Amino acid sequence: MASSAHHGTSASALDVHPFWGKLSWDAFPFHEPIVLVTFIGVILGGLALVGALTYFRLWGYLWKNWFTSIDHKKIGIMYMILGLVMLLRGFADALLMRGHQALAASGGEGYLNAHHYDQIFTAHGVIMIFFVAMPFVTGFMNYVMPLQIGARDVAFPFLNNFSFWLTVSGAILIMISLFVGEFSTAGWLAYAPFSGLDYSPSVGMDYYLWALNIAGIGTTLSGINLVVTIVKMRAPGMDYMKMPVFVWTTLCTNVLIVATFPVLAATLALLTADRYLGTHFFTNDLGGSPMMYVNLIWIWGHPEVYILVLPVFGIFSEIVPTFTGKRLFGYTSMVYATCVIMVLSYIVWLHHFFTMGAGANVNAFFGITTMIISIPTGAKLFNWLFTMYKGRVRFDVPMLWVMGFMITFVIGGMTGVLLAVPPADYVLHNSLFLIAHFHNVIIGGVVFGIFAGIVYWWPKAFGFSLDPFWGKVSFWCWIIGFYLAFMPLYVLGLMGVTRRLSQFEDTFYSVYFIVALVGALFIAAGIGAFVLQIIVSIMRRKELADETGDPWNGRTLEWATSSPPPYYNFAFTPKVHEIDAFTHMKREGYERPTDGFMPIHMPHYTATGVVLAGLLTVMGFALIWHIWWLAAASFVMAVVYGIGHTFNYNRDYYIPAAEVREIENQRTQQLAKAAD
Amino acid sequence: MTDTTVKEPVQFFVTEDPHHHDGDHGEHHHETGTMLGFWIYLMSDCLIFGILFAVYAVLGGNYAAGPAPVDLFELDMILVSTFMLLFSSITYGFAVLRMDRNDLKGTLLWLVITGGFGVAFLYLEVLEFSHLIHLGATPQASAFLSSFFFLVGTHGMHVLGGSIWLVVLLIQLSQRGLTHENKRRVMCLSLFWHFLDLIWIGVFSLVYLTGVLL
Repeated sequence: MASSAHHGTSASALDVHPFWGKLSWDAFPFHEPIVLVTFIGVILGGLALVGALTYFRLWGYLWKNWFTSIDHKKIGIMYMILGLVMLLRGFADALLMRGHQALAASGGEGYLNAHHYDQIFTAHGVIMIFFVAMPFVTGFMNYVMPLQIGARDVAFPFLNNFSFWLTVSGAILIMISLFVGEFSTAGWLAYAPFSGLDYSPSVGMDYYLWALNIAGIGTTLSGINLVVTIVKMRAPGMDYMKMPVFVWTTLCTNVLIVATFPVLAATLALLTADRYLGTHFFTNDLGGSPMMYVNLIWIWGHPEVYILVLPVFGIFSEIVPTFTGKRLFGYTSMVYATCVIMVLSYIVWLHHFFTMGAGANVNAFFGITTMIISIPTGAKLFNWLFTMYKGRVRFDVPMLWVMGFMITFVIGGMTGVLLAVPPADYVLHNSLFLIAHFHNVIIGGVVFGIFAGIVYWWPKAFGFSLDPFWGKVSFWCWIIGFYLAFMPLYVLGLMGVTRRLSQFEDTFYSVYFIVALVGALFIAAGIGAFVLQIIVSIMRRKELADETGDPWNGRTLEWATSSPPPYYNFAFTPKVHEIDAFTHMKREGYERPTDGFMPIHMPHYTATGVVLAGLLTVMGFALIWHIWWLAAASFVMAVVYGIGHTFNYNRDYYIPAAEVREIENQRTQQLAKAAD
Repeated sequence: MTDTTVKEPVQFFVTEDPHHHDGDHGEHHHETGTMLGFWIYLMSDCLIFGILFAVYAVLGGNYAAGPAPVDLFELDMILVSTFMLLFSSITYGFAVLRMDRNDLKGTLLWLVITGGFGVAFLYLEVLEFSHLIHLGATPQASAFLSSFFFLVGTHGMHVLGGSIWLVVLLIQLSQRGLTHENKRRVMCLSLFWHFLDLIWIGVFSLVYLTGVLL
């Protein structure tokens, strides 16, 4: 028992400086030319950005109007910006891998050493899931859901701001790992025992753990917040079965978040204890069980993929009826399908490791539950199809993304059912077939949905539409790029090529990897066109302006208010009678009230969220580098600051009726101008 | 089904906002929101404990040639600390009863007593842990001890957090009295405190009783 010799404490105690911890000049990438050049580029770019913000005196504006804002709309937009920035980072990793593999499979060595390659595929996965897809869907849920239920904010506006900054905190730690020290090499789920101290002694794993621990708390808090918002703050008359489908999927998603992120928190905490305290939860020795780690992480991990895709199903369910001019086909079945998926997603986790010896009966059970989950998903697809059937379909950009999704996602779903068959999984697991499958559903589902949603709700958020030409360019580049990049991986996977390889013996695979690289370049063009679409639209915002607040002939309440909505969302709380409340209002000849405004109760902005998350970022960094004094100091400061916040009783105020009247009068004039 | 006739124009917005009748009751809907949110938080916390219980159930028998529960646990002491926690729940209940009668002094008194029991519980836990570590039964010794220390320690950290919260609340109550916000906070801490009691019943039964008696 004494032989356990806490490797952690004894090995690291030698080189831990009392003030700097493990941090030293060796942590900086002077010996890695690729990283060094990126580092210098990022520093120069960062300095340019800081300089520009200072020169144009924007810091005060950003701080007062955005960073400390607890307006759900602004927080939603900030989530989207975070997602977009991190998408660029995560995609840079993807391009590096595609380029490297194309070279390595063609007889060369590529430009990444194996250790660096391992960090890149880990960072790619972690960033794309936690800091791209999650912020994007959370951004949508934050921005759109309160508007759709006719609320003025979420249930806990301060908590919302705090959750956002905790997510940023995790993203910052991941970004720091690129240049100070290194990142994990253990893959996006950090399987034990590899992720333990014996096999991953570097700070890379610690970056992973603290980034996800901190961001995960934010996600859990945000989940609680949005559930309470939907349960408690719906407009009068909006029964559960009259909620827009996006609100339903948001509800189910956040129930899943609350029901699974604690599992992630506990699992990562146990792994952290193994690494920092020398405990034996997931170690090979002294009774630890690495297999338990795999079970626990997937009990969170499988619902997580539904946390990503359910909100996106909601987005599609909003876009399809709008652009076909019909009520959604099978609203009730859509709601039940969402709920069934929510429940089933919790009992399929073992299909991620059929080959790890659970036995035939257990595998059969999880194989069957996995196949069953495709039934409600299929029901959803038929609902969208039947909504389009005999509708007047308008092929605007959001609808293009929807159709691209429907075709692509079905292919991904079918390969998923294939993988759900345990004997087939024995052949295909851990291969590029699996990689192709989950990119097929995540890109074809989540990413396409995110772009559809951005184009759809952009005019609501900013008051002008996105340029359709560049939107179409982006769409076609993405869809062509997707098929070129991932269909070869299906073939390679069927031929037995495993994932996460940085070197290849056989040049036979070369052509497939080169096609995949071309696909990745097309996707790069798609991302470029998307950014260009935003820039062009901002420049042409006068022509693309949306004065009506309802550019698409929308059906739900967010279109009933102006674009962008006033910070109180609705001057009067809407009253709901039907599904598609706004369509009903328009049909009944609803007249916007122009008189009788009353004071509106709103929360104050606060800097507490930024400060707390900042302190926790410092704490995370200090823990990663074993700078114990700094970790303790920042933690204590965070606790004291948080307690101090509870002594502030002055949290809300009333917008005077006169101010509401003034804003609403401007809106009346704007509408009159638009009607001319 | 919603064929409304022309005679009855459909009302599409609420002219009388129920939340803004008067300043004091304006918070009402928010309060229920807070209680629901806090319940959901507790359930998510419950899940963390669920995982820790599951981990203990899986690893609790892996002694790795080290000590087993029978060698380590002293049920008498544990029973005393269990009663500390149970009493603290009762006294918290008394505090809430006093609060409902708007008796600030009584509320404060019972909350102080509750905090005293909480601190006593924590003191006994620290004694137990130091005793175990002294025996060489450290969290690093075996998977059983890792999961034992983590489960019981996480509960202890919660009690510590609850006690700090209690102190903060005592200050806030003496500063502002039984205001609306403070009453809500007393109710939230009450939920938290009883929740920790419930978790402890699980710890006591699964870890200590079954560990020593079975």
